[in-house]
Amino acid sequence: MNTPLKDIIARCEGLFEDLRFASVQEWKAAAPGRKAIGYMPIYVPRELIHAAGMLPVGIFGGGDQMEVIQGDAYYQSYICRIPRSTVELGLTGRLDCLDGMLFPSICDVIRNLSGMWQIMFKDKYVKYFDVPQDYDDAIGGEFYVHEMQALRDDLARLRGAPVTDDELRASIAVYNDNRRAIRDLYAFRAQQPWQAPTVELYLLLRAGCVLPPEEHTRLVREYLAAAAAEKRTKRDNARVVLTGAFCEQPPLGLIKSIEMAGCYIVDDDFMLVMRWLLDEVPEQGDPLVELSKAFLHRSAQTPSKYDDKKEDKGKYLLEQVRTRGAEGVVFASPSFCDPALLERPMLQDVLAKHKIPYTAFKFAENTGQMAPIREQAGTFADSIKLWSAA
Amino acid sequence: MTTPIQVMPQAAPARKPPSVQKEDAMWLQKEMITRNYHELASAHAEGRKISATFVPGNLNELLMCFDFVRRLPETDALQNGMRKKSGKMIMDAERDGHSEDVCTYVKTDLGMMLQGEFGPTGEPMPHPDVLLLSYTGCFTFMKWFELVRQKYGCETLMLHVPYQGDAKISPNMREYVVRQLKDKIIPALERISGVKFDIDRLRGYMKESAKAEEDLVRVLQSAKHRPSPIDGYFGGVYYIGPMFTAFRGAPEATRFYAMLNAEVQERMRQGKGPMTPEGELAEEKYRLVVEGPPNWTHFREFWKMFYDEGAVVVASTYAKVGGVYDFGFRHDPERPLESLADYCLGCYTNLNFPQRIDMICRYLDEYSADGLLINSIKSCNSFSAGQLLILREVEKRTGKPAAFIESDLVDPRYFSAANIKNRLESYFQMIKQKRAAAVH
Ligand code: SF4
Ligand code: SF4
Repeated sequence: MNTPLKDIIARCEGLFEDLRFASVQEWKAAAPGRKAIGYMPIYVPRELIHAAGMLPVGIFGGGDQMEVIQGDAYYQSYICRIPRSTVELGLTGRLDCLDGMLFPSICDVIRNLSGMWQIMFKDKYVKYFDVPQDYDDAIGGEFYVHEMQALRDDLARLRGAPVTDDELRASIAVYNDNRRAIRDLYAFRAQQPWQAPTVELYLLLRAGCVLPPEEHTRLVREYLAAAAAEKRTKRDNARVVLTGAFCEQPPLGLIKSIEMAGCYIVDDDFMLVMRWLLDEVPEQGDPLVELSKAFLHRSAQTPSKYDDKKEDKGKYLLEQVRTRGAEGVVFASPSFCDPALLERPMLQDVLAKHKIPYTAFKFAENTGQMAPIREQAGTFADSIKLWSAA
Repeated sequence: MTTPIQVMPQAAPARKPPSVQKEDAMWLQKEMITRNYHELASAHAEGRKISATFVPGNLNELLMCFDFVRRLPETDALQNGMRKKSGKMIMDAERDGHSEDVCTYVKTDLGMMLQGEFGPTGEPMPHPDVLLLSYTGCFTFMKWFELVRQKYGCETLMLHVPYQGDAKISPNMREYVVRQLKDKIIPALERISGVKFDIDRLRGYMKESAKAEEDLVRVLQSAKHRPSPIDGYFGGVYYIGPMFTAFRGAPEATRFYAMLNAEVQERMRQGKGPMTPEGELAEEKYRLVVEGPPNWTHFREFWKMFYDEGAVVVASTYAKVGGVYDFGFRHDPERPLESLADYCLGCYTNLNFPQRIDMICRYLDEYSADGLLINSIKSCNSFSAGQLLILREVEKRTGKPAAFIESDLVDPRYFSAANIKNRLESYFQMIKQKRAAAVH
């Protein structure tokens, strides 16, 4: 029997709200010696963690339900919120279930947080995970393969046994399957956004941050079946791509507000780690080399990644707009987020050249006032409709 | 980035500093800076190419091999800050669509370009022919040069320098930088400049660099002496000027540092205190270590708050943004590309937090400092994110008092003189009490 849609969503909500990560604790408790490794945005090759028999756990801040008390004492007012809520999660013992944390190369805030974590949580494995900004196999690729090998060696030490090539290949296959399911999910939403509201898609992605990938893939497929069977009303909304929320997360209420105000989100950059690699990673050959090639030549574009040529700027966003049939772009960036906010004018410039309308606002993970955003999104949706009618 | 430099602590007209020797080095530096701005202004007319790059990971020796006239956009921004021009530039950039939240160095640079092709001195400032994106120690650098490229179409060369996340330079990191230099950067610089790369020329410049670095370290370490003959922060930005910008590797920079070192050693022998804009500091009352860049829009006012109280900065992390030389690194002509890689990898903001904290604790000890002051810069996540942990850790490890103030590099809206002064006064008070308690 198919799982009813509301049960799937309720499960995802439960996982999303549980800042004590009970599901991770349960997974660990189910077999002796299991370990979980946390990672922050924006990208880490989760295949390596999985191949070591560990659970990769995406940490995307504390959301709007958690009070940040201690975390605020570590950051000035002009720094974004995700590091302070992450510190709060750590200091309040909510991340005790993690045996290690990976801090990917995304910005100076998360970079510095890696060293802070080394100081604050001395008994944990902590790694700043660098990725190349040079996209030649012989240069950036070489470097990246070495970086992945170093991570693989660390994980092998933690586990007490080497991580074999076959294990890595098997994990690549698991994540290929997960990426396929998520691609299907995105395609489904773009085709029938009324059938798959973004808030549901978002919760599904968040579930993928804590569930083992195999289970997450099943859940996404169950959702697709259940959502397709549901009868929902199609509204005359504008179709938009939401961009800028690749790190600190908007509150759920904000995502709901945008859709309620008349915008169907048909693509976004939430939890890019799950869609970073744009197609299949070959399951044969040298697994690290294949992961590297996928990163270098077939991965998403985001502000923390260098665009080799001027002409490349905005290509990914334009592609999102084109393939999803979007009519406009909503820039939703965290306050004080240098990468998102410095990238924004460049993307806007590209959109303007292609006559694609856009609107922009800032948020924090604990933004409480939705009225202004609803109003702005509503006006934007109206203007798109007027524009397309003209 | 964070990089100041090419700053001349000018004597207040009525109270010219008495030290003629000091002035020799100052004049030489002033000449160098002025000449560089002239060269930039006339470069294109004379058929010369212009490069732009950042202070941390500034590959000046390499750029000189291709006859580029060298521009450092951070330095331009700070010069505009000191000349009180940055406020308007920032607002112009914000009106042009840039967020109020982002780094003001970037907005000053973009604002300057929006106002036309004029540099801080008012002379023409043509657009660079190449942006060498030496990606060291700050993520914003990448966006900065992408923005300039987007608007003005300048060719951009990425040199990715990995971060020392594990507090070390691994062979993989070094090899990665060297490969980029060999296979990408050097061939591209040859193509753009039309000049063939000559590794012996590079070695020659690096030899000069190493000599100058030796003298710079002697100057900076003179502050271990009591009283310190220098101020390692406000004065320090003047000492690091040529080294961190368009001059390192040139014989004139070597001469500058030899002259400066001789002056400083002489001051030390004579038991003199540091020079300030109002003359020599008569009595050294407090010895501080400072973390974070200074504010440029109110540089003199800010400095005055220190020297009026007899506070001397004996060591600063800011004087290490363009290269950390005091723990032994020197440019090494025997292994030129590896050494350039190590230089880039070793700049202060490319160090991880435990390394930064160790360095500050070491300074507090080796320079017999009374405490740590953090000037937290709103613009600069690279420096600032996490500084409150630095403060706690350093206090915990050294038992010395630490204080925290906030300002910005070049945005005059974020300099609150009254707040800063109050904080500093209570901090000095705290040091005094701590001393008194230690005596009793
Ligand atoms: S929200 Fe932006 S600035 Fe803050 S940690 Fe994330 S990427 Fe960095
Ligand atoms: S963020 Fe800091 S280091 Fe980076 S460019 Fe701005 S001032 Fe310089």
